[in-house]
Amino acid sequence: MDAYNIMFVILAVMIALSSFATVLAKSVLRAAAYLFFALLGVAGMYFLLGYTFLGSVQVMVYCGGIVVLYVFAILLTRGAKDKLSENTRTKIFASALLSLTGLGAFIYAIVKAKFLNSMFMTPGALTAPTEGSMISINNVGQHMLSTGENGYLLPFEAVSVLLLACIVAALVIARKR
Amino acid sequence: MFNLQSWTSAIHAWMLGMMPEWAAILIECVVVALLIITLYAVFAIVLIYMERKVCAFFQCRLGPNRVGKWGLLQVFSDVFKMLQKEIINMRKSDMFLHDLAPFLVVTASMLTFACLPWNKGGHIIDFNVGLFFMVAVSSIGVVGILLAGLGSNSKYPMIGSMRAGAQLISYEISIGITMLTVVALSGTMQISEIVQQQADNGWNIVRGHVPAVIAFLIYLIAGNAECNRGPFDLPEGESELTAGYHTEYSGMHFGFFYLAEYLNLFIAAGIATTLFLGGWAPLHIAGLDGFNGVMDAIPGAVWFIGKTFFVIFLLMWERWTFPRLRIDHILSLEWKYLMPISLLNLLLMALVVVFGLGINV
Repeated sequence: MDAYNIMFVILAVMIALSSFATVLAKSVLRAAAYLFFALLGVAGMYFLLGYTFLGSVQVMVYCGGIVVLYVFAILLTRGAKDKLSENTRTKIFASALLSLTGLGAFIYAIVKAKFLNSMFMTPGALTAPTEGSMISINNVGQHMLSTGENGYLLPFEAVSVLLLACIVAALVIARKR
Repeated sequence: MFNLQSWTSAIHAWMLGMMPEWAAILIECVVVALLIITLYAVFAIVLIYMERKVCAFFQCRLGPNRVGKWGLLQVFSDVFKMLQKEIINMRKSDMFLHDLAPFLVVTASMLTFACLPWNKGGHIIDFNVGLFFMVAVSSIGVVGILLAGLGSNSKYPMIGSMRAGAQLISYEISIGITMLTVVALSGTMQISEIVQQQADNGWNIVRGHVPAVIAFLIYLIAGNAECNRGPFDLPEGESELTAGYHTEYSGMHFGFFYLAEYLNLFIAAGIATTLFLGGWAPLHIAGLDGFNGVMDAIPGAVWFIGKTFFVIFLLMWERWTFPRLRIDHILSLEWKYLMPISLLNLLLMALVVVFGLGINV
């Protein structure tokens, strides 16, 4: 086990534990706080893979944006004092079905890609990224605004239209007289 | 120019001779972290003393002058008082979130602190999205402030944290856009690269002339608001809010908020120095070779800290000169004036870069 693998295990345990805590927490506010740590752990995973841009985006958008949005929503509603609703039978059934489907898809993906074989047959397959494999922000920018083969200009602009629609909708709701 | 990299790589090679690589890296990480935390505390003490003296100067007072010579020991005694105080737990507050919040705030500001370029080769966190990473980790602090307000189970912190959150999120936008202005000028987000370019071609505030000066002014306003300092210190300034989001904190938990506030001031000034005033780059005047030689002899760390303290003085001047704004005025200042101006300014900077109008000293 080198330092890279040790960091991976630490982050994996952190993500798993805080995800469980998010789901099991009784208070909504605590769930948001645990979710924050789960998202931070995922950001750490991206940094470990050498994809620093996505890691920073994860911290900025999810930890600093989405969690703040959740906390604001809890603050503006009566959410801080709300407890989880009672578990009805349909609710338990639906959530069990949903999580089993997710687990099935996950296991199928692992088996299909033969991740387990490569993990157990050749130990140490997980290695730190080299300097050359890191994706620079220049590359990301070029692809984001190019119309070529790997260009993302159309989705990029479509997302901005979506954001504009959100802003207009927020204004319409907020300025209702 | 003195390059710290030669020292650090020599130390690394010496460590590798004695132990495996992972142990060497681990020990280096711990030592660097301790160094950062020490610097953090030292700068906080210096800044609190400076704030008191500068504030007194602007208000025609003397400031602290009883404890020690010129009141130099005043801050130390305050720190010891803070360390001895009991940490009180509020009944019916959410203990976990209440205790977690100050650590989140301090962690965010320490991570940002670690991104500053101290010297040539003296960067601690430095990679190709450095500036973006800096903005990203500084946004963790907002979560800490909101959790502090909500975890305390009290009305004052709740209103205070809501105001602080709205203000921080709003002013982050103009800070981000002014940073983008500089990124457009230098064509990179790596902090060491940005400073190196300024060392080679002249400081950004000169290179980018009009748009850079506008961006610098907007940054000074938004930076003060981002640190929750006056004239934007509403979350804790109004008498009906008592102390805002840290009303229910005592002892070192309050101390962490206090520490983070002062260090955020240092960080805001440090970023302004890095982006506009050349970081560790010495002052050069084209044509005066003797003068430039003398300036080169001064180490980069002295330049960086000196310029940062100059910007801190500007920020304190701003704080103690202007009266406090109302909360709706603060938000409309950001959304109706600063953000449109900084967007237009970004466009102006893009034109300057495209037509090559920047000055290369």
